[in-house]
Amino acid sequence: MNTVLSSTFFSAPPDWGWLIVFYFFFGGLAGGCYFLAVLIDFFGRPEDRALARLGYYIALPALVISGLLLTLDLTRPERFWHMLIQSKTYQPIFKPWSPMSLGSWALLIFGIFSLLSFLSALSEDGRLQRPAARSLRPPGLLGSVVAVIGGLFGFYVAGYTGVLLAVTNRPIWSDTPLLGMLFVVSAASISAALMILLAQKSGRSMPSVNALHRLDTWVVALEFVVLIAVMISLGPVFRAWLNAWGLLLFFGVIVLGMLLPLALYWRRQWFGDLNVTAAAASVLAGGFILRLVIVFSAQGV
Amino acid sequence: MAAQVEPVGFYTDTTVCIGCKACEVACKEWNQLPSTNGGVNTLSGDSYDNTRALDGIHWRHVKFIEQFTEDRKDGRWLLMSDVCKHCVNAPCLEVCPTGAIVRTEFDSVVIQSDACNGCRDCISACPFGVIEVNPASGTAQKCTLCYDRLQGGLEPACSKACPTQSIQFGTIKELKGRAEKRVDQLQQMGEKRAYLYGADEKMLGGLNSFYLLVDKPEVYGLPPDPKMPTRNLKSSTWFSAFGAIVVGLMGIVNFRNRGASENAREDQP
Repeated sequence: MNTVLSSTFFSAPPDWGWLIVFYFFFGGLAGGCYFLAVLIDFFGRPEDRALARLGYYIALPALVISGLLLTLDLTRPERFWHMLIQSKTYQPIFKPWSPMSLGSWALLIFGIFSLLSFLSALSEDGRLQRPAARSLRPPGLLGSVVAVIGGLFGFYVAGYTGVLLAVTNRPIWSDTPLLGMLFVVSAASISAALMILLAQKSGRSMPSVNALHRLDTWVVALEFVVLIAVMISLGPVFRAWLNAWGLLLFFGVIVLGMLLPLALYWRRQWFGDLNVTAAAASVLAGGFILRLVIVFSAQGV
Repeated sequence: MAAQVEPVGFYTDTTVCIGCKACEVACKEWNQLPSTNGGVNTLSGDSYDNTRALDGIHWRHVKFIEQFTEDRKDGRWLLMSDVCKHCVNAPCLEVCPTGAIVRTEFDSVVIQSDACNGCRDCISACPFGVIEVNPASGTAQKCTLCYDRLQGGLEPACSKACPTQSIQFGTIKELKGRAEKRVDQLQQMGEKRAYLYGADEKMLGGLNSFYLLVDKPEVYGLPPDPKMPTRNLKSSTWFSAFGAIVVGLMGIVNFRNRGASENAREDQP
C-alpha cells in the first residue's frame, strides 16, 4: 500500500458473515416493527390496532431468530451467557462503553417487552384466554409504560449494530459515525415494508396500510440522504467501495431499494394494485443488500 | 489478585533481527501451539515468510519486508518480529463484552480462554491485526507475554530465545532508556531514519511492546495512527438517536395527518 487511506486498514477482519447479515436484518425488523406498532398504538385510530398487533407479532419471532443467529455465530455458542454473566464469579458483566455488551443486555430487556406486547396482541385477538394481558398495551397506563420502554429498546436494538461496527478499527465501519443512524432509518423502512406485505397477505381490512406506505416513502427518502452522507463522511476511504461491492450498493441498495420504491410511490399507474406490494418488496430487498454490503465489504479490504 | 508490579514488556530493535524465527519457534513450543493449522502447511510461495500474519496459532511473526529495485541490483531486507503490543489503553480489552480480556499485574493484556465465547469483537477492534481465533480452542487468542512464565519469575520464551537481542524483555522504564540510547547511536552512525514506534504515551497510552524502526510504520504493516474504537461511540450514538427522533416525528406526523385527511375523505393519496 503506497498511500495509507486510514490506519484502520491494518486491522484484521472478524469473519462476521452471513449469520451476522441475517441478524442485522432480523434485529432491524424486530426493533423497527415494534417501534412502528407503538407509534400506531399511540397515534393511530382504534381500527388501526390490527396493524399494530401485526407489528408485535413480527417483533418477538424476529427477535428470537436474532438471538439464535447471534448465538450460532459465536465460535463457542455454549458460552453465549458469558455476554451477561461472568463465567468465573457468576456476577453480571456490564460494560456500557462496549456496544456488544450493552447490546446483549438490550436484546434481553427488549425480549421481555416484546414478549409482553406479543401476549397482549394475542389476548386482544382472542387467541389467548388471559384478558389481563390486554392491559399490557396502550391506551392504559401500564400498557403505555410497556410500549414506551419497549419502543425505546426496540430502536436501540435496531441501531446499536451500526454503532457496534463504528466502535471497531475496521475500514469503512469505523471511518464514519453514521452507520448507526443509517441502520436505525433502514430498520424503520424495512419494518414498514414487511408490515405492509403481511397486512396485504392477511386479507384483513387495515385502513392505515396506505399511511404506512406513505411513511415508508418518507423514510426511504431519508435513508437515501443518510446513505449519501455516509459516503461523503468516509472521505478517502470511500475508495474501498470502488469495486463489486460498490456496484452492488449502487444497484441493489440505491436503485432497487430506494429509487424504485420512490418512483413507484409517485407513479402509481405503473403496476396498479401491485404498486404498493412491489415498492415494499424492493425496500425489503434493498435493506437486506445494504447490510450484506456493509458487513462483507469492510472485511475484504 | 497478585500485587501490581512494575510494568514490563518488549523492546524490539528491528535493525538487529536476522530473521531466524527462533522467537516464533520458542513461542510455539512454550505455549503448545500447533506448527501447522490442523495439518495444513501453507507456504506463501513468494517469500521466506511463510507465517504471513499473526493469528490464533501464531503469536509471534517475523516479518520479511523486501525493498528491492526492479532489477534487484540494489535493496535491503527489513526484518521485524511482530507480536501483541500490550497497549496501555488496549482496544481489545475495551470492547470485550465477556470480560475475558484482562490487564494483569505486569501491565500486560491477556485473553482468558475459558471465559472467551468467540464473539470476535476484539479482532475487529485491534488496530494491529494481532488477534485471531485459535481453531483448537475456538476462542480468540494472542500473545500473553508468557503470563505463566512471568508468574514463575522467568522472562518470555521469545526474548529468551532471541540470539541477537533484537527482542529485549524488561521493565518499560529500563527498556525505554535502552531504546533511546540505541536510536542516538544509530543516528550518530548515519542511520537518520531510526526512531521509536509506540514508546511514548501518544500512541494508545503507550505500547508495552514498542519498536525501533528505520522506515515508515506502514512499510512494516503497522498503522501510522492507531486509535481507540470508542472514539466513535459518542458521535455514533448521538447520530443514531437523531435518526430515531426524525423517524419518530415522521411517524407521528404521518399517522396524525392521516386522521385529518381521512376525515376529509382523502385517504387515498
